[in-house]
Amino acid sequence: MEEHVFVISSAPHVESTDSIPQIMYTVVLALIPAMAASVIFFGVRALVLLVTCVASCVLTEYVFQRVRQKPVTLSDWSAVITGILLALVLPPGLSLFSAALGSIVAIAIGKQVFGGLGYNIFNPALVGRAFLQATFPVDMTTWVAPFSYAAGPDAVSAATPLGLMKMEGQTTAVIKLFIGNVGGSLGEASALAVLIGGGYLLYKKYIEWRTPAAYLGTVFVLGTLFWLIDGSKYPNPFFHLTAGGLMLGAFFMATDMVTSPVTPVGCWVFGIGAGLLVIVIRLFGGVPEGVMFSILLMNAVTPLINRYTKPKVFGERMRAKS
Amino acid sequence: MPDTAAEISTPSSREQLDVLAEFKRGLWTENPVFRQLLGLCPTLAVTNSAINGLAMGLATTFVLISSSFIVSLIRKLVPNQVRIATFTVIIATFVTVAELFLAALFPPISKALGPYVPLIVVNCIILGRQEAFASKNPPLKSILDALVMGCGFIATLTTLGIVREILGSGMIFGVRILGSWFKPWLIMILPAGAFLSLGIGLGIINHIVGREKG
Repeated sequence: MEEHVFVISSAPHVESTDSIPQIMYTVVLALIPAMAASVIFFGVRALVLLVTCVASCVLTEYVFQRVRQKPVTLSDWSAVITGILLALVLPPGLSLFSAALGSIVAIAIGKQVFGGLGYNIFNPALVGRAFLQATFPVDMTTWVAPFSYAAGPDAVSAATPLGLMKMEGQTTAVIKLFIGNVGGSLGEASALAVLIGGGYLLYKKYIEWRTPAAYLGTVFVLGTLFWLIDGSKYPNPFFHLTAGGLMLGAFFMATDMVTSPVTPVGCWVFGIGAGLLVIVIRLFGGVPEGVMFSILLMNAVTPLINRYTKPKVFGERMRAKS
Repeated sequence: MPDTAAEISTPSSREQLDVLAEFKRGLWTENPVFRQLLGLCPTLAVTNSAINGLAMGLATTFVLISSSFIVSLIRKLVPNQVRIATFTVIIATFVTVAELFLAALFPPISKALGPYVPLIVVNCIILGRQEAFASKNPPLKSILDALVMGCGFIATLTTLGIVREILGSGMIFGVRILGSWFKPWLIMILPAGAFLSLGIGLGIINHIVGREKG
């Protein structure tokens, strides 16, 4: 008689059919508009930076895993994404050596020392950028104007919209910010391109909608509040939404599956906290842009958020008050 | 202080002292910073240049050797209940000597090290050696133990100082060795660079030790 084997396992019993490489591959696809926009606005230089960062990230991951005698997990595409995201938050004029150094730090210190994909506390690409920011503070804040490659070999330096706002109290037209055509990091140039990719990921349900909603919503509400208090001193809320790396951060970094909360309530907490930090840093901090630090700081408290927002198990009852 | 530390650190008393093996113990197998993880506060704080690391190491070693000698001499006179207080008074005496010496003869270094010279009083390496070794062993052996541990501390601090100074400013002991092509990594002479280099150093050494053990 045929023997029946019943496999008994604990929850979860319903599994998604999406594999890690498939999700990562989709994220790369979603990043294509932003990459294309960066190449349109900043020329071949942007493409070279992207290639450098991706190649350095992939190579670092390979070398690190070989040295540690761990299975090489290049095929999951995660190192490629880290490379692309890092390049998108770098200024276009950065030297290739610096970009490669940032990539090495991102993968080695941001990810592999914690045990690789799934174990890292901080978003690797942002770790790389934070390292570069502290290492080469001048280079990391030297921006070139978009389309300056067409004008000739000498790059025209330009301030970012947020820098202009902080230093000279001057705001840039929102439509210009939305389409692109402003100074900034590769991926900061065009909010529209990032939105297209982010929308695609939302449609595929690969990112949690609550995080960007809470993040952008908080920035918008607080931005409106300050604008209503003193419109001459504080920029309007749409400026906040479209300037700097907020769109890129909200859709591609705050939603990182590894470093952001897993619970629905946690996503709200994460987004609201990060939005609060962005506004505080942008309006009262010493640096023009706060997206990087807001996400890194919220990454640090993610385990805590997860712990305190654990959903109730079905059937679990509130403890009776005594 | 756990008893195991004392066991590891005390070679059986009848054996002839093997000075070379002792040095290997202080520099590598029981390196105060990388293997015992003691004295991390000065390690992080003053290794932004090679000269600062070296000076801190030398000052600590002086205090360590002197107080180990005195503690070992009076080890049978001190009641067990007040031993820590006694050690602290002895250590504080030598720290004052070291502090005044640095301030009088090397004012720039004394200024660069700041409060970390007086803080040698609470350095765990020193108190640890008194508790684990000097208070249980004769003076000569205690001096040798203090010397090898001090050398381990000096070597570690100087190495970290050299690495951070090269990467952070392109210099060693204030002498420029990397040309103008090198763009200094500012982060390495900032506190974040201390944590990064110490952490990476620890990781590499743990990796090597893990490999030695097989």
